Amino acid sequence: MGVRTLNALTVPQAEPFLGADAGAQIRGSAGARAAWALPIIVPVALLAAWEFVARLHLIPAYLFPPPSAVLAELRGLALSGKLTYHLWRSFERVASGFILGASAATVMGALTGYSQLWRRILDPTLQSLRSIPAIAWVPIFILWLGIAEQSKIALIALGVFFPVYLNLMSGIASVDRKLIEVGRVYRMHGVRLVRAVLLPASLPSYVTGLRTGFALAWMFVVAAELMGASQGIGYLLLEGENNGQPALILAAMLIFALAGKATDLVLVAIARRALRWEDTVGNR
Amino acid sequence: MIELAALVKSYDAFRALGPLDLSIGDERVIGIIGPSGSGKTTLLRLLAGLETSTSGSVFIDGDRLAGPRSDIGVVFQEPRLMPWLTVRKNVEFGIWDVLQRDRGPAVDAAIERVGLTAFADALPRQLSGGMAQRVGIARALVGGPRLLLLDEPFAALDPLTRVAMQEHLLAIVGTTVPTTIVITHDIDEALVLSDRVIVLKGPPARIARAIDVDLPRPRTRTSPEFGALKALLLDELIVRTSSSAPVLA
Repeated sequence: MGVRTLNALTVPQAEPFLGADAGAQIRGSAGARAAWALPIIVPVALLAAWEFVARLHLIPAYLFPPPSAVLAELRGLALSGKLTYHLWRSFERVASGFILGASAATVMGALTGYSQLWRRILDPTLQSLRSIPAIAWVPIFILWLGIAEQSKIALIALGVFFPVYLNLMSGIASVDRKLIEVGRVYRMHGVRLVRAVLLPASLPSYVTGLRTGFALAWMFVVAAELMGASQGIGYLLLEGENNGQPALILAAMLIFALAGKATDLVLVAIARRALRWEDTVGNR
Repeated sequence: MIELAALVKSYDAFRALGPLDLSIGDERVIGIIGPSGSGKTTLLRLLAGLETSTSGSVFIDGDRLAGPRSDIGVVFQEPRLMPWLTVRKNVEFGIWDVLQRDRGPAVDAAIERVGLTAFADALPRQLSGGMAQRVGIARALVGGPRLLLLDEPFAALDPLTRVAMQEHLLAIVGTTVPTTIVITHDIDEALVLSDRVIVLKGPPARIARAIDVDLPRPRTRTSPEFGALKALLLDELIVRTSSSAPVLA
């Protein structure tokens, strides 16, 4: 009797389980097919609404051009070569500022992360400089370095410096003491220990700092170019403002968005290779 | 010859170890056993040169130990591998200060001795606990150490893997490492591995007893001689209160 009730219980139970599983799989694959569409529903709807509103002249076109006009503007910029020219000028500033700021931050972050002494010496000063908003440096940079490239690059470098510095320092300071001890067993110290153990172990946090830094570099290049420039995407923003060309302004904004995303993707691709060893969900 | 002469380690007013005198001649494997908190790990860290003694010295073949040395290999309780390095690179870490062109063959040989040649290019996250610990052993062996120190090397492994690793360790160490010192709190492990078992009690850590283990290898845990030595060590490690039941120290 006992055996029979057990059978009677297990058999019907097994069937719904299989059925439920198969159902979930079918729903899963249908879901997967539709999933790529989910993030673009809102932007497509917004673009359609925007085009619609603009075409009906609900808002005057000289303030609010339709997306098609912005795309046409973008096409014009690309065909005339202005896009590449100005984008390249902005990118040069971003890249030089980033390299300068990130290099300084790497040296100082490594130093203060590794050595208590250097942290006591440098970190308080750097932390108090950090409380000055980066943009507030602009007038003094212009006074010292002139209106040309140097002051712009200095501003970008300053913006990049802090996230990279802070992330690297805290990354190094929180490296597992047990790994450092392995380094000590094999008679490593100073630069050797930093290179062989501390930097690789703090790489994930360093990469976070670099990505934040690059995003800030794009932010500050806009600020720098708005302060006065004759080339760069920020200059296109100014030109659009001065000549009353909203399509040009929106096109420049779009270029900034795409350029920022592109450089971040490159950084992530490089980082993914370097962080292949991380035992995290993303690597499973 | 490894000698500990009136070795003392104190942390401020707290004396963790000593004074300790010990001399290790041609015994290949020394087991150091003791309850937790008895100062076993402090002793190992002193021998590794990771801690400096408050007074007294350690001499390795007459040289006074002053810090980590290239002829002392250390295996920790955890594998402590660099997660970003492959098995091969982790082993190579142990001889980073050797000329690059001389490293390859030594690294290959060490990986082969722990039986991980097929996993030489794997990352630590892809290894099981026992395999990772074998990489740790290979890293300690690659420099051809005079003295190999192991701090409860198999404590974190499951019992079956632990027994397999004990056999494995003896085969790996073989005849190439003059002296191996294993810290453990497992009586069976101490008896399977060691030529001499030293019972440490503390704090401050002092040698409560030293037992020569003259059993033939490979050792069977079920032999009466093994059982007798085990009873002896168990007796030594258990503190009997004057009145009733035995209590673990």
